[in-house]
Amino acid sequence: MAEFTVALAGNPNVGKSTLFNGLTGLKQHTGNWAGKTVSTAEGSFDYNGSRYKIVDLPGCYSLMARSAEEEAARDFIRSGTADLTVVVCDATCIERSLNLALQIIAETDNVILCANLMDEAERKGISLDLPLISERLGVPVTGISARSKEGPLQLLPAMEKALKEGLHPPKPESTSPEYLSRLAEEICRGAVFSGPDSLRRDRQIDKVLTSRVLGFPIMLALLALVFFITITGANYPSKLLSDVLFKVQDKLIGFCRSASVPEFIYGPLLLGVYRVLAWVISVMLPPMAIFFPLFTLLEDLGYLPRVAFNLDRCFKGCHACGKQALTTCMGFGCNAVGVTGCRIIDSPRERLIAVITNSLVPCNGRFPALIAVISMFFAGGSGSLVSALLLTALIVFAVAMTLLASRLLSATLLRGVPSSFTLELPPYRPPQIGRVIIRSVLDRTIFVLGRAAAVAAPAGLIIWLMANVSIGSGTLLSLCAGFLDPLGRLLGLDGVILMAFLLGFPANEIVIPIMLMAYTAQGMLIDYQGLGELRAILVQNGWTAKTALCFLIFTLMHWPCSTTLMTIKKETGSLKWTLVSLLTPALMGGALCMLVNLLFYITSL
Amino acid sequence: MTQKLSDIAPGKRAAVCGIVAEESMARRLMDIGMVQGTEVECLMKSPLGDPAAYLIKGAVIALRREDAGTVLVREV
Repeated sequence: MAEFTVALAGNPNVGKSTLFNGLTGLKQHTGNWAGKTVSTAEGSFDYNGSRYKIVDLPGCYSLMARSAEEEAARDFIRSGTADLTVVVCDATCIERSLNLALQIIAETDNVILCANLMDEAERKGISLDLPLISERLGVPVTGISARSKEGPLQLLPAMEKALKEGLHPPKPESTSPEYLSRLAEEICRGAVFSGPDSLRRDRQIDKVLTSRVLGFPIMLALLALVFFITITGANYPSKLLSDVLFKVQDKLIGFCRSASVPEFIYGPLLLGVYRVLAWVISVMLPPMAIFFPLFTLLEDLGYLPRVAFNLDRCFKGCHACGKQALTTCMGFGCNAVGVTGCRIIDSPRERLIAVITNSLVPCNGRFPALIAVISMFFAGGSGSLVSALLLTALIVFAVAMTLLASRLLSATLLRGVPSSFTLELPPYRPPQIGRVIIRSVLDRTIFVLGRAAAVAAPAGLIIWLMANVSIGSGTLLSLCAGFLDPLGRLLGLDGVILMAFLLGFPANEIVIPIMLMAYTAQGMLIDYQGLGELRAILVQNGWTAKTALCFLIFTLMHWPCSTTLMTIKKETGSLKWTLVSLLTPALMGGALCMLVNLLFYITSL
Repeated sequence: MTQKLSDIAPGKRAAVCGIVAEESMARRLMDIGMVQGTEVECLMKSPLGDPAAYLIKGAVIALRREDAGTVLVREV
């Protein structure tokens, strides 16, 4: 079978990854902001008896390298590995895309142009004379909408024809930016028609979302809304799941007893492994499965770059890059993803700041713990709205801590002045709601279940063993908790909580389940009946408002999870910076918890 | 009269006449379309006054005051 390598090149955020996914059936993460693809992705498919290997290059504005990603794209195109390069353009502003297209044509012969987002252009009243552009440019031009099902397929005949016949487009006389810009203008003259108000709707939305008066209130309101939907929506499935799972547990225990299975066999399996899994699934999974798609919708819509635009002044004040707002937002989904995303920041100093501070915002795995403790100890019986508002306040605090840490780092370890950068505000795009929800719920569910099985199950086993193996005067669990207790108390927590955070190092999702396992294993055995019961367990074990507050702070700021730390090591290639990333949040959280503890102590005197 | 792009108020348009940024940033600005003669429109400022967003060749790009100050323009 003939095999061809086809590279997808283009400006950032023109839909290369969407096209890539459509062609290969893979699931490269897409999102409406420039720089989503931070490394090359590869996939392949068969068409008319030939195999096509597709390489999705990071988006770039030009081949004259500035950032590492642009260099990667340029090197790949220059290497001649690709039999064909497809330059993906944004049909709504094709003239700008031609700068890169012309540079690529200057480098290599086999180039075809793909004008993507034709649907969006049509909606905005922009029409293109693609045959005329093709004639002037000297390469085939195909117009598609990569988001539609058949869109990517329309590109295949053009690809096949170009590979079979070969192309010899005329080379631009010069690649100076001025010359290419004139050339692009000439190519588009009389070939691109836009209605006078093609961009008006976006501009009007922007005026509101970034206005002096409404910009920040809207940002906070959207955040609170997302949390409100998450908290309200998670209540019912949480209850349902726990009812079912704990009923099954009782049935299984009853069965084991009646079949006279010895306790040392069913104990660790059911009261250890199964119970922690049940906790993770019923308490942690529903809020995660709701928050993540909502967040993805905002991302798809194109709102995140506006957040970066609104907050940039704050990051500049901390001598950091405005794009750090984007990587911080990605951290809400997963800190490891946020850390990888830091590649969009060109300046090495500012990239390190973004990497080190990323875990100061809670990831999806930490939100359920925050929600549970807020609902139990601070919102009282007043319902989801109060919880959502308190959680929003907590997130504002986390962002403030991110800024503070960035400022401290740029005054000490990472001294320097803010560097230059451009931040693109892409057009708003209607999100594909159905696809986003289905994909993120499924992906999230499978991911969390996988992690629960891989991490929570062994942790549950360890906890059960520790609670049931005695050395001298007490169980291993009470000895460990006792050993950690002085430090825990100093932080306003206790030994069990600190141990749960330590055991939760591989995955933050299991901190609360481990904690409850440890508490309940030491005597009273209570099945999960809802947050009320949960609160009773905690209060019986000495939790007060102070413990809850310190728990919230420590959940926001302790050490990054093991996955994030490994990603940091990979991204920075340095043990030193990995260590700094571990210590920065740990020291900040520790210091703050001690401070809170001290304040409570003083005020209670 | 030559002005800095950062001095152009929201709603006003200007034509680029030169860039005085350091080399890599100058190249980036030219790559996104800021070459001599290109018309640029200041769309809006961030709620805190900086950065500002500019419409350049159909795309919206935000620049901090310092960076927009390296682009010399003539109001049109």
